[in-house]
Parts: sequence; structure tokens; C-alpha cells
Amino acid sequence: MITTENLTKRFGRVEAVRGVSLDVRDGDRYGLLGPNGSGKSTLVRMLLGLVYATNGSISVLGEPVPRHIGRVLPDIGALIEEPAAYPHLSGRANLRLLDAAGPSSARRTRRRRIDEALEQVGLAGIDRRPVRAYSLGMRQRLGLAAALVRRPRLLILDEPANGLDPRGIRDMRDLLIGLNASGVTIFLSSHLLPEVSALCTRIGVLDAGRLVLQDQLAALQQPTGRVLISCDDPERAVSLLDGLIERRDGADLVVRSADPAALNARLVAADVPVRALAEQRRGLEEIVLKVTGAGADQFGVPASGGPDSGDPGEIS
Amino acid sequence: MIAVELFKLVRRLRTWLSIALICALPLVVAVFIAVTHLEPPPGQGSAFLSAVLNEGQLYPAAALALVLPVFLPVAVAVIAGDSIAGEASAGTLRYLLARPVGRTRLLIAKLVSVVAFTTLAVVAVAVTSYATGVLILGPSRAAAIGVTPGGITGAIAPGTGGAPTAGLQGGAAITSLSGAPLTFLELIERVLGAMAFITVSMLGVAAIALFLSTITDSALGAALGALAVLVASEVLVTLNAASTVQPYLPTRYWLAWIDFFRQPIFWRDIQRGFAIQAVYVVAFLAAAWANFATKDITA
Repeated sequence: MITTENLTKRFGRVEAVRGVSLDVRDGDRYGLLGPNGSGKSTLVRMLLGLVYATNGSISVLGEPVPRHIGRVLPDIGALIEEPAAYPHLSGRANLRLLDAAGPSSARRTRRRRIDEALEQVGLAGIDRRPVRAYSLGMRQRLGLAAALVRRPRLLILDEPANGLDPRGIRDMRDLLIGLNASGVTIFLSSHLLPEVSALCTRIGVLDAGRLVLQDQLAALQQPTGRVLISCDDPERAVSLLDGLIERRDGADLVVRSADPAALNARLVAADVPVRALAEQRRGLEEIVLKVTGAGADQFGVPASGGPDSGDPGEIS
Repeated sequence: MIAVELFKLVRRLRTWLSIALICALPLVVAVFIAVTHLEPPPGQGSAFLSAVLNEGQLYPAAALALVLPVFLPVAVAVIAGDSIAGEASAGTLRYLLARPVGRTRLLIAKLVSVVAFTTLAVVAVAVTSYATGVLILGPSRAAAIGVTPGGITGAIAPGTGGAPTAGLQGGAAITSLSGAPLTFLELIERVLGAMAFITVSMLGVAAIALFLSTITDSALGAALGALAVLVASEVLVTLNAASTVQPYLPTRYWLAWIDFFRQPIFWRDIQRGFAIQAVYVVAFLAAAWANFATKDITA
């Protein structure tokens, strides 16, 4: 869907993107993570033919970009940093204008496609107000609707959750997962780690212009071979699991074991009351921070502990 | 894309506000003249203005002469300067290009939209000032403009850049600046010719502002830059020392539309005016294209 080879962009003496080789596959929900200023937006703009690469090659939907950009863009819906609209026109008029601009927009189906897109993003019914009167979240939804109007095969979304409230973020996530299920490949960039881990199947991490990690999320989050246990009688559990205990913190134990079910059966058989037991997985946060050397706060995660500190993947 | 740009033009309040303001100036002038019955003496003031009290039907020509030097070019520079830079600073440029709208196509659509605005403004001035002239000033008193032979005609010898005026003499028919009579139909033709010429005269400014608009993301900067070029050109046009470059200045033949009101029409400067505007449009559109087609859109 999207491949880049050794893609580099220099602005004067600043190297914004350095030797990036992206590999986004058909059907992916790909999340490009990186702190602000890591080159995400420049990369996205190069994929869309807005910024010209200094070096390297890009192929989108099987066509070389920017040479055949005009051939691929009709199949792409894009949100490029903030949404933009003509403030004095209504949301619907904006969509109509944008759809009428450029080639190959089927005029006959325009109305239906606009209705559909407005419905998808939850703006149906308030689309006749001028955009001037829209809230930040509504503008973001309108931007998403504009990306959907042409029924694209590929969505390229730069920071799509900006300005959305928690409900809006959930709606957007459900919408994107639904679209993905119906065959749309999704490429999104974000500096918000929780958002990416909740939505994406594959991630790339950009740090100071370099792609420092790219893999399936599931492969990254392999079990670590540890089990986290919380029980009312930690003394007995410790003596029972002698030699397997890696760490103890009050009633909470970290146990070396690749088989949580067997471990649980053993404890229960010995009448140790188990309150909680879970396989430890590496958290995305830990992985990303390790490869970038960036602070947790740059990924929208509080510096101490995760947003969901009950996560068994958490090592404190 | 052209249709989209035209739609954007007519749906913007700014378009109508600036046209209203352009039309308001001749109206204000007409009211003053009608109330005071003081018109500029022949040979002074704006072109044709000295004749309108007796021949209201001439007021469109006088009104065009009023808005041509400042109002019209300012409005054109603002709109053309905003065309790319405004979209860039509003963020809509990147969405248009990602639609995709070809960059060349966008530039041409923008220029067409500026031409449409200019035409609209010139037509609006002509129509409102015709109504003003007939209703407020001399309502078709079968007066005539005439020129004292050798007097005024000499003063408006083609290309002096000075503001020509038409003196008034009593008579049964409207006469041309050269003294020969013009039928009403001929007058309409001449006014239409002048309107076309004035519209075309604005193309050079429009192309310069459009070019600057591709360089900067500041619409104001682009508009002011184009106006600076115009002011410089107007200064040089009146400077004898600059006579070698004068034939190439964008405002050099701006007043040649007056030659439409001669009998027969004096074509030389009119043709040169068309040619110089064509040169400016081609040169600056090419420069705009060369810059814009390879530019990184980071706004």
C-alpha cells in the first residue's frame, strides 16, 4: 500500500526525515508514532505529494509518487495536521466544494456520499451551520468527513484525535476499525501512544527523523515469560513457588513462568487464595521509550505509571 | 476547478463589499456635483468629469476614470494576492492539492476568478454610474461633449499620462473627443470597448499579485507587493528621466481607453496596452507556475 525506500527530506540544513523505509501493507491499521518534531508531518506530506523528497523513493497504491500522484490521490482520503475549511460556508458546502474540486468526482453520487460521510462522523443534522460556528471537535469531524467523501481505499490521517473529547475519540476509533474491516487501509500518525495502541495493528516509531521500529503490534507485545500474581497469603505462595519468584512487593509477586494456567492450578491446589493472576506482556510504552529515548510525557502518557496502571504489562 | 473558484468568489462577502465600495465612489462624486453644480473646469480633474452635468449618459466613462487609478487596482491586488497565500494560511491549500487539484490548474482557476471579479466590478461601476448619471446628473439633455479644437484634444495627446477632460459645448448629439458626432449605439460600443480595455489593464496587476501570492503565505504581503510595483510604475510613467523604460511599465497605457472616445478610434495605444498586459500576464504566470509547481507545501 505504502512503501518508501530510504526516504530523506532536508529543509535547508535541517534533516527532517532521514532514510525512512516504511512498509504499510494492504489492510493494515498502521500507526506512526513519534514525539512532536520527529518528522511525522513531513513524512505524511511527502506521501501526498505536497512536499518533495530530497532523496529516496515512494510508492503509494503501487504507483510511484510524486510522479503519478494524480493517479493515486483520488483513492486516498487525507487529514493533514489540522482540518481546514472555509469558515463562512456551511460544513456541507465545504464538502461539496472540496468534492467538486479536482478530477473524477462523480457528481451524481455527490449528495449521497456527503450524506453518508456526515452520518459516519456524527455531523448529520448540524451540517448547515457555517463552519465558523463549529467547535474544535466538530471541525475535526468535518475534516474526517472530507477524507471519507470519496470513499477512499487508503486513509492517511495526521493526528486524527486532535481536539476530540474522549467520546469523540472512541467514536473515531470505532469508525476507523469499521472502515478497516470493510477493506480500507489506515495509516495514521500520532504522538499519543494510548491512541495508537488501542487502534493499530502495526506500528512504526519515528525518532528525530529516523524510523527506529516497525513491526506488528502483536509481535511486539509478546508475553515476557512472567506472570503477575496478587494473593492474600504471599508467604505461602513464595514458599510454594520457591526459585521462581523474581520480585515481591507486599502481596504482589512477579513469577517466572510461561504457563499462567498451570501456575494458577498449582496455587489453588495448595489452597493459596489468588486475587489476580495475569500474564505479563511488554507494554507499548516501555518499547517505544526504549527505542526513542524520549520522555513518556512526549507520548501523551503521564511520566510515572501508565494511563491504565492496572495493566498487568506494567513494570514499576 | 474554475467553477469551484467562481463559486468561492461569489459566496464571499468581501467580493461584494469591495464592489460596493468601488461603485460608491462615483456615486459620492455624482452627488457632490449634482448638489453644488460645480464640475471641474475642462482640462482639470478626472477624465470626462467636466461634461457629466450636461450629459448624464457619459457618467459611466467618468466613473471608470475615477476608479481606475486606485480603487480598482487595490481591489484586484487584494483578491489576487489572497488567491494562493490566503488558501495556504487558512490551511485549505493542502486539502485542495491533495484532492487532487493540479497546481497549474489551480493557478489558472485563480487567475480566471480574478478576471471574473474585475469584469464584475467594471460592469457594476458602468451600470450603477449610468443609472446615477441619468437620475442625478443631466438626464439626457441631448447635450454633447465637445472639445475646443486643438485645445483639449492636444492636452490628451495619447500617452501623456495626464488626466484628460472633455469640455462641454451645447449641441444636439453626443460628440466624440475629436469633435465628430457619436450615435447612441456608437457610444455604447465605445463604453464596452473601454470596459474591456480596463478589465484587461488589471490583468498585469493580477498576475504580479498572483506570483507574489505563490511566494509568501501572507496574503497582505502579496497584495502590498503588487501595489508597490504599481505605485513605482505610476511614478516612473510621469518621470521624463525614465522615458526609456516607460513603454514597458504596466501602467503606461492605462489611460489609453480614452482613445475609444475619439472618432475614429485611435487604436495604437489601445493595441500597445493590450500587448503589454499580455506580456505581463505570460511572464508572471510563468514565474508563478515555476515557483508553485516545485514548491514544498508546508503550510
